[in-house]
Amino acid sequence: MNLGLPKLSMKLTRRDAAAALAALGATGGVALGVRRETDAEGVGEADTARDGEGLPEDETVQTVMTAVAEAVYPEAISGIDAFVDGFLAGRLDGSSHDEGIRAAVADVESAARSWYGAPVAGLPPGERDDVLRELGADTAEENPQGTTAERVRYYVVNELLLALYASPTGGELVGIENPQGYAGGAESYRQGPP
Amino acid sequence: MSGAESVGVGRADGSADRTPVPDADVCVVGAGPAGALIADRLAGDHKVVVLDAGPRFDPADRLARQERAIRPFYDRPDVWGVGGVRDAHENAGDRFYPLNHARVKGVGGSTLHWQGMVMRLHEDDFNSGTARGIGPDWPIDYADLRPYYAEAERELGVAGASDNPYAPPREEPHPMPAFEPSYSDSLFAEACESLGIDMHSVPNARNSEPYDDRSPCVGYGTCQPVCPSGAKYDATVHVERAEEQGATVLDRAPVQRLDHDGDDRVTAAAYATPDGKTHRQEADAFVVAAGGVETPRLLLLSASDRYPDGLANGSGHVGEFFMDHLFAGAGGRLDEPTRQNHVGFYTSGCDQFYDAADETQAPFKLEFLNYAGPSPVESALSGDDWGDSLLERLRDGYGTHVAMGGLVEQLPRADSRITLADDRTDDHGNPVPRVEWTVGERALDTIERANEIQVEILEALGADVEWVAGPDATGPAYHHMGTTRMSDDPDRGVVDAECQTHDLTNCWIASSSVFPTSGAMNPTLTIAALALRVADAVDDRLSEA
Ligand SMILES: Cc1cc2nc3c(=O)[nH]c(=O)nc-3n(C[C@H](O)[C@H](O)[C@H](O)COP(=O)(O)OP(=O)(O)OC[C@H]3O[C@@H](n4cnc5c(N)ncnc54)[C@H](O)[C@@H]3O)c2cc1C
Ligand code: SF4
Repeated sequence: MNLGLPKLSMKLTRRDAAAALAALGATGGVALGVRRETDAEGVGEADTARDGEGLPEDETVQTVMTAVAEAVYPEAISGIDAFVDGFLAGRLDGSSHDEGIRAAVADVESAARSWYGAPVAGLPPGERDDVLRELGADTAEENPQGTTAERVRYYVVNELLLALYASPTGGELVGIENPQGYAGGAESYRQGPP
Repeated sequence: MSGAESVGVGRADGSADRTPVPDADVCVVGAGPAGALIADRLAGDHKVVVLDAGPRFDPADRLARQERAIRPFYDRPDVWGVGGVRDAHENAGDRFYPLNHARVKGVGGSTLHWQGMVMRLHEDDFNSGTARGIGPDWPIDYADLRPYYAEAERELGVAGASDNPYAPPREEPHPMPAFEPSYSDSLFAEACESLGIDMHSVPNARNSEPYDDRSPCVGYGTCQPVCPSGAKYDATVHVERAEEQGATVLDRAPVQRLDHDGDDRVTAAAYATPDGKTHRQEADAFVVAAGGVETPRLLLLSASDRYPDGLANGSGHVGEFFMDHLFAGAGGRLDEPTRQNHVGFYTSGCDQFYDAADETQAPFKLEFLNYAGPSPVESALSGDDWGDSLLERLRDGYGTHVAMGGLVEQLPRADSRITLADDRTDDHGNPVPRVEWTVGERALDTIERANEIQVEILEALGADVEWVAGPDATGPAYHHMGTTRMSDDPDRGVVDAECQTHDLTNCWIASSSVFPTSGAMNPTLTIAALALRVADAVDDRLSEA
């Protein structure tokens, strides 16, 4: 059935990252506020956890998430690098969610290294896909407190899919430029197909 | 804090002062729309305390709650923290009743989760026995409530228009213009016209323009269960206003029982607090506004030597006549785009068949949905595919769905009821509510009638009809009504026409639990109108004293 859906070549933009963040309740500003509060208490809880348990740094998280995004996003999507960076800038905010992302990223990275002998980002896309499937993230149901497979599904795979498909560009790929989670205004529902 | 699982981490309310307020005039049990409107009305002139069983939700968490609404890990009740021992219940009727999908406990009550459709009942709904030959008449008429309906529309902020020829008479336009029809409404319009079926706008408690310092709708599309923008009305609006005028609102303060003296007066509400203590809030007047299930439960839990069957239960009817509206629906797919799931509310309905109701056919209304079929972002998160094959699945699954819904009245029956469970208790050791939900033939037959019309419309539209929610697949609309019925006769009802309990001289009930019959219109505008009327009655009484 031809619904006049857009041709499969879409570039994610800053607007998409901002939209995904706005949908999910994180902005750079919020993140800053949280970190400052933590510092002010002099404990730096999240930082301690990160250092103490050897959770990956921002840069590693970005690299791994971008590499995974290249495997789980449709091939025609471009601009993934900046999109993931922008999105993570808000999500890595010192919250328990932040910690969950880091821990799941560490699991993916260590699976890649031990099974394929290279970091995820160093693997060809087909093998990135294999790592995720061998981890069980394809058949697992997401669960933030679950098994490794369930946490990878929640914090890595679904985190990225949620960011994409709650953004206008991701929605447009499917034919809905104002997807759930995105405040795309109260006009689009009235408009006919483009 | 971001992330669906971060909900609630920002709150530091353990240390809040939850001790009773000295010399209170009014104690309101429940901070949903009924309790909140009353508190707001009375707070200017009286010392008002509101006790709510659930927490005060942090507005900063709304986007994280929205994420819960979208992510498959979370069930609907998780969005507002419903469930667990606090909300345990039993089901004992013919039909399963998913109680914890049907309510929210906390400041704002179930309006935090609601859809926000706000219709007035029809004139005949107040006179079912006389006009339709079945069911009791209410002791009040549409005319008694009419000015309160108008006030309630202003309070909630209702977007609506006067294009519905079947709606009861109104005196003034709605406070905001109606939402324009959707693209899919325009497709339905052609089919309906060919069948001689009328479509019209529907009133929404949702801002179509800025109202009351709240944002207009910005199209998040997750209205039910959460509106992150505040465009959808919820009762935190009136809680905040009441507090600004000096009312005290205590959260996580579930009332365990109401105490009384030997003169048929309620003297205190005994409530628990998170530190494990129990306090007594005394007041001159009490309003129970704990929703259609917890209201009768609290009265039953308050049984004493003087009132062994429960408080205000001289009639024996507390808990009986539990009603909900029944869902009738049908849907399918077209071979063209239908633009669904941009917003989470509907914009057109059909009340043409409503007043044809009689002994055998219940009133019912029809709805043209704007959220038929799956929401792509939700579908994207489950399944074992990603990349191009996921996109293909999403494209196949989205784009051409259409659906109609509808609500059908059920008659009050004594065997459809809320009682106390025999063995099971909640987190405070109180028997949990037992729901026996029983639906009669008139409602089931009417669902079939609604389905016939829905299928006829869908077929005229050229849709391939894929599902029909008929008598076997119907479910409740989450409107709890009838359990403390209103009647002039103390043997036949729990409250009088002013919603004051027959048995107690200073206790009112503000809830859809007072509805003698349910009509087929969503109940909350009527709850709000009745609540404003109760506020007037309480105010009069306190002013007399
Ligand atoms: C998913 C969903 C969609 C809905 N959509 C619509 C709609 O479109 N239109 C419509 O008209 N209606 C709708 N409703 C119904 C609407 O939400 C209710 O009619 C309305 O909220 C009832 O208001 P209330 O104040 O009587 O009770 P509630 O809003 O339920 O509030 C009762 C409050 O009392 C508190 N409470 C309970 N027991 C105690 C106790 N013992 N001590 C202290 N506090 C207590 C609870 O914590 C709660 O906060 C919907 C409901 C749901 C769940
Ligand atoms: S679509 Fe619903 S959730 Fe979104 S802003 Fe409008 S009312 Fe709120």
